[in-house]
Amino acid sequence: MTAGLAEGVWKLASAIATPVLPDDYLDMFAPLRAGAELRGRITAIHRETADAATIVITPGRSWAGHVPGQYVRIGIDVNGVRQWRAYSLTSLAGAPDGTIAITPKAIPDGVVSNHLVHNARPGTLVMLDQAIGDFTLPTPTPDKILFITGGSGITPVMGMLRNLPSAGADIVLLHSAPRAEDVVFAAELAERDRSGQIDLRVRHTDTDGMLDLADLDREVPDWRERQAWVCGPTGLLDAAELHWAANDLTDALHVERFRPTIIEPGEGGEITLLGSKLTIDADGATPILDAAEDAGVLMKSGCRMGICFGCVVTMRQGAVRDLRTGEITTAEPGDELPIQTCINAVAGSCDLEV
Amino acid sequence: MTLAPERSAISPTAPHVTQAQHVAAEQHRLNTRLSLEGGAERTHPPKKSGRPNPMGHLTNEQIEAIGRELDAIRAEVMASRGARDAAYIRRVIRVQRGLEIGSRAVLLFSKNKYAWLAGTAGLSLAKILENMEIGHNVLHGQWDWMRDPKIHSTSWDWDMASPAKQWQHSHNELHHTYTNVLGRDNDLGYGLLRVDEDQPWELFHLGQPIWHLINAMFFEYGIAAYDLELRGNLQNWDELSEEEKAVFKANLHEMLGKIRKQAMKDYVLHPLVSGPSFLPTLLANFTANTVRNIWSNTVIICGHFPDGIDTFETDSIEGETRGEWYLRQMLGSGNISGSKFTHIMTGNLSHQIEHHLFPDMPSNRYSEISPRIKALMERNDLHYVTGPVLKQAYQVYRKVCRLALPNEEPGRSRWSVVRGELGKVVKGKGGARTKRHLPSTADA
Repeated sequence: MTAGLAEGVWKLASAIATPVLPDDYLDMFAPLRAGAELRGRITAIHRETADAATIVITPGRSWAGHVPGQYVRIGIDVNGVRQWRAYSLTSLAGAPDGTIAITPKAIPDGVVSNHLVHNARPGTLVMLDQAIGDFTLPTPTPDKILFITGGSGITPVMGMLRNLPSAGADIVLLHSAPRAEDVVFAAELAERDRSGQIDLRVRHTDTDGMLDLADLDREVPDWRERQAWVCGPTGLLDAAELHWAANDLTDALHVERFRPTIIEPGEGGEITLLGSKLTIDADGATPILDAAEDAGVLMKSGCRMGICFGCVVTMRQGAVRDLRTGEITTAEPGDELPIQTCINAVAGSCDLEV
Repeated sequence: MTLAPERSAISPTAPHVTQAQHVAAEQHRLNTRLSLEGGAERTHPPKKSGRPNPMGHLTNEQIEAIGRELDAIRAEVMASRGARDAAYIRRVIRVQRGLEIGSRAVLLFSKNKYAWLAGTAGLSLAKILENMEIGHNVLHGQWDWMRDPKIHSTSWDWDMASPAKQWQHSHNELHHTYTNVLGRDNDLGYGLLRVDEDQPWELFHLGQPIWHLINAMFFEYGIAAYDLELRGNLQNWDELSEEEKAVFKANLHEMLGKIRKQAMKDYVLHPLVSGPSFLPTLLANFTANTVRNIWSNTVIICGHFPDGIDTFETDSIEGETRGEWYLRQMLGSGNISGSKFTHIMTGNLSHQIEHHLFPDMPSNRYSEISPRIKALMERNDLHYVTGPVLKQAYQVYRKVCRLALPNEEPGRSRWSVVRGELGKVVKGKGGARTKRHLPSTADA
């Protein structure tokens, strides 16, 4: 009855607001309300190191919560352009004030990480996806745990530690960072070490060199009895996978790959039409539209000179080059980026929703 | 490069590439409009009416140099788009929505004549902003670069009889590609008016001073009919293929759906919500729509029909280069001078020349580049047409009246041509739609 009434009211509101939606008006006043697209508002920013900061976000009412260790994709406007990136959640799950937090580290040329760490301001609205990821602890928590982290790989583990009881499990944390001043959460980690929650070993790779897993027997003699969670640079993860496999312990290892997504633009390449399940080899001078037509796929088309936007389709990942200006547009996995097919040629490879 | 957790499930390539059929594309010759290099030597002969070809005085090299200069201006502005521009369009959208809600709220009490006046004025402004500075420009893809799916050419719909997709086809694709090309650009008189000496005269045009006014009042429906190519499709119905008929019917169905929703909102629901102010609110909404129609019609006719703006022969654009396309946009468009407020209310179509050169450039940037475009045109002996809105609109109306009559023919006055045609109709030798084809100077 009430549901029917609500639906009726919403229909009437939609008919009154057409051609926009009632949501478009509500967004002006209550962007975080239940039922709105999932957004969040940055409520505080705490500097952690010279190039890392914790961004505290109050998510909208539709936020479904997270499991410690998971990450969230956030969409933020950087110089007017919406950019989506994923960051591990570092906050207490189900915090009393309802906030969540991420702790990005600014990386060289990182458009979003630099913006978040250096330029973002409290009050800013960001877009959010629900938390996802399976780099999480099982229930019940294992008795003996080994964490191995490098650099910003500490972030999902910090998310877990903050959500674990102060005593209980036997936890060893091997963390690597270039120098002492680069260790994110250094004070809090030391405090957790002192209080006995964890047994912390920090390694400064600039002076001590990289962690060699062959030393694990000496460093953590009982590592074979521990469930291990490893997060950090690709080299560390690859080494861990080899080491655990060599010891026939693959089931005890859990990794989170923070890999650099490098879309390397090239000249020409493969155009994959996802809907048609077709991959076309095209050169770097042929517009995607023409290449597809040659292959027998008639895509939307218009002016064929880049002015009418009648040929726009969604690129899911890859790189394309504007034939007029040479400008490269890249989409990373998870992006949904509309591009014009009549003036763009494939630059390396691209996946299109056609 | 960015650091992000690997998300194998989201990346779509893997499963498809393995199953996908693999083919190789042929090597393609680029659309000549994408390139500045003209290739073959091109000539610019005079037009049928005897008027000179507007590009006649420039060499191919000069035209390509103009093209390079314009490409450079475009690249410079596009590279500098950023937070300031994004803030601009979001502010305009916020102001428009606030103005619309506010005005509609005031109109709930429109029995009171001051409330009626204030609400109607506010709603008229809101509707103009929505159509011009927001709708027209978003639908051009001017804001697609922000990657905000809500302010995007593929998702926007506007407060107009014509569905966004249909308008984008007839406007962005046809009008902007074939600007002012006789027989290709239906915007030249909207299939209703004769606005150029080189357009053929029909008896129907005798009434065009009236058609023009009616079209202005109900402009949104005029545009809708135009997007459907209503007149052409109905006149040639028997010659259409089954596929063309199906497309037309689908478009018609979509359009009627849109018109019904629009009418429902303005002429049923909002008046009903106003209770005792039902009739005044209905009248206010009709007035706001009409004010918006007349204003947008005025702005748009000033863009291409005032004196000094050129038209082009159909065959003159065969193999057209990017430079020539640019040149045609500059010669085929005219601006409106005025205050910042005027520019915003015209959706910056007061910078019609700049808009036609770079239809996907954010509208707030047109005023910035206009001095450079003007200088470039003057340097190349090209007429940068501009003037206050009333002067430009007056010129158009004068032209609409003048061209209601046929061109003068050798040895015959304009009226004697009309009398001859009318005589034929009376004697039953031709229908009222009898087309007269212009005698070309070559024949004369």
